Amino acid sequence: MAHLEIQLIAMLVAVACSIPGTFLVLRKMTMVTDAITHTILLGIVLGFLVVQNVHSPILSISAVAMGVVTVWAIEMFTKTKQLSSDAAIGIVFPFLFSLAILLISRYTSSIHLDIDSVLLGELAFAPFHRLRLFGVDIGPLSMYTMGAIVLVNLTLVLLFFKEIKLAIFSPEIAILFGFSPTLLFYGLMTSVSLTTVGAFEAVGAILVIAFIVGPPLSAYLLTTDLKRMIWLSIGIGIWNAIIGYQFAIIFDVSIAGSMAVSTGITFMVIFCVTPKHGLLSGIYIKRQQLQKLACQTILTHVYYYGQQQTRHTANGVVSIERYIQLRQHIVRRALQQLINEGKLQCIDGYYELTIHGYETMTDY
Amino acid sequence: MNNLMYVLTDYTFHIVALGATLLGMMSGVIGSFAVLKKQSLIGDAIAHAALPGIAITFLLTQTKSNEFLLVGALVTGLLATVCMHTMKTYSKIEVESAMSLILSTFFGLGLVLLTYIQTIPNAHQAGLDRFIFGQAATLLQSDVLLIAIMAIVSMSVIILCWKELKLVTFDTIFAQSIGISPKTISLFLSVLIVLVSIVGLQTVGVILMSALLVAPGVAARQWTHKLETMVILAGIFGGVSGGIGTLVSSLMTKIPTGPSIVLSMGIIVLISIVFAPSRGVVWRLHHSRIQQRRLAQEHILGLLYELLCQQQRVFNRHNVASMLQMKVTTQAQLYDMLRELERLRKQGFVYCENDQWTLTKRGVEYVETLYSKEEQYGTP
Repeated sequence: MAHLEIQLIAMLVAVACSIPGTFLVLRKMTMVTDAITHTILLGIVLGFLVVQNVHSPILSISAVAMGVVTVWAIEMFTKTKQLSSDAAIGIVFPFLFSLAILLISRYTSSIHLDIDSVLLGELAFAPFHRLRLFGVDIGPLSMYTMGAIVLVNLTLVLLFFKEIKLAIFSPEIAILFGFSPTLLFYGLMTSVSLTTVGAFEAVGAILVIAFIVGPPLSAYLLTTDLKRMIWLSIGIGIWNAIIGYQFAIIFDVSIAGSMAVSTGITFMVIFCVTPKHGLLSGIYIKRQQLQKLACQTILTHVYYYGQQQTRHTANGVVSIERYIQLRQHIVRRALQQLINEGKLQCIDGYYELTIHGYETMTDY
Repeated sequence: MNNLMYVLTDYTFHIVALGATLLGMMSGVIGSFAVLKKQSLIGDAIAHAALPGIAITFLLTQTKSNEFLLVGALVTGLLATVCMHTMKTYSKIEVESAMSLILSTFFGLGLVLLTYIQTIPNAHQAGLDRFIFGQAATLLQSDVLLIAIMAIVSMSVIILCWKELKLVTFDTIFAQSIGISPKTISLFLSVLIVLVSIVGLQTVGVILMSALLVAPGVAARQWTHKLETMVILAGIFGGVSGGIGTLVSSLMTKIPTGPSIVLSMGIIVLISIVFAPSRGVVWRLHHSRIQQRRLAQEHILGLLYELLCQQQRVFNRHNVASMLQMKVTTQAQLYDMLRELERLRKQGFVYCENDQWTLTKRGVEYVETLYSKEEQYGTP
């Protein structure tokens, strides 16, 4: 039963993270999540210092607020135009995080506020916190919180799909139509912050980053349609949660860690084999382009030196490789291809264009 | 005061402070290039990626000696860099997305391995997780020696390749055209970043390492436009905050060293961004106010001059409210204009009687030289 519950919580986290993650990946600001996942600790600590109770809901609220404050601080730094957004992120979150650690070690040492559990998480303990309604045990608490967050995220996306889409792909037109991309941006960031706070209790901050970035990035390689990308990343997120959990159970290791690893592996597989934007097709396309370039260079070279006195050396079977500034094996392969295509012929130890070759050259 | 003297003569403090200062200097210098190349977060990603390397080395060698573990960290750190580079080169994925994915995946792998080590009997994993949060207090003389060697090596390498680094940082295409391979230099810079991140893990930990790389560079950038000065300043800032951070954490109880170093860096950054001359927020606000004031004054003078010319009479006076109302849109702007008008009167450019305004002779001369300048150089 506990197995099923953990599995279900992980899947809900995956779904909840995939939805805002898709938009973050498209807006190319995934590292902001990295910042948020760390600074919510400061929100928790500040909340705790105010209410002095680890179980108070104020802690979660102040954590969400701190996530938004982090984004705002980063934006403020970036707006001064004195530093790029990555530098702003790189300064803001360690600063706030240091502040959090400092406050923890100075003022809360009598209370158990565990940094490890915030950052690393322990999913295996999630089923121990039960939700009781009218005295009846109706399941683990985090299942319901995550379920609620999934619902909130889904509703927001369904309600504002058109607006978000426009604001992501064409902020200028969004302004023209009268809705502010800034408002939508902070809405998105609040959703990210909320999801992070909801999820870190169950799985830890690092896995939240993996779930927010990994599945949407995998989906990004597979499709160019926004709706399909969201559904795909939800699917991939669920798959990662299942595989990661099974792996963790078999080898008795950290559940959050192994889900992050399975996210990485799934991405790598998709990255390698995807037809349009993947590694293999990327290498293939680069090779094709190089080959084409080599063919054209050789044709031009042979054409030009064919009318010169030096054609015996410049176009010589052995010496031509010295004239073409490309790698030897590429030149050889290109020469072979040109001869096979009947554009080049070898006469008396040097290359010459065939009639077909001349026609191709004059076409250029 | 006694406390201060006690700390300053303490051997452990010497070791830790020396280590932190050297580390701050080294990361400041190397980080400057990362900041300029807009790769500030790469240190963060690499520091996270070091964790599985440390765990794997421990699994293979069963030692906890730093040198071995750091070699493992170096290998996975470099592997992460290569992964990010491959993702960027062969697909439409941006560096930032690649970074966050690599960061979380490698860190997850590190966690998996650490928990796996826990399940092996006889293996004492305790102490390995010090790399996650860093414990500067545990620095030994040998660690500081390692940091010092790293610092000397990386500094001399940077001085040797100074020209190439400078060129690739600012003008990659030109560098390529004169035969310097940007790929090699970038890789070389990545290796340096990996090295310094790995060395810093023990002192400040995975999470705070990125601040050590980024903050001194950003702060130094505010004070200068020259690369040489910037790099040296970044080194100084890094070193100073390393030293101050250690001092503060030794003087006061319950303040960990890593966060204290990062906080003192943060304060330096804030001061630099707000107060630095010519790039600081205060300076630029002041400058733009002066500009706005000058613009408003010239506006008023020009207006009065035009009115003078239209009337063809030298000292015709005009009602200020009616003439300024046409030029402004809000009440606040009108007040601004009136304030400038008052200032101009004090300076002797305009003359006023019964709220009837006109240019003085000096004002007319000023506007005429301004207009002749505009004719000469063209309106900007």
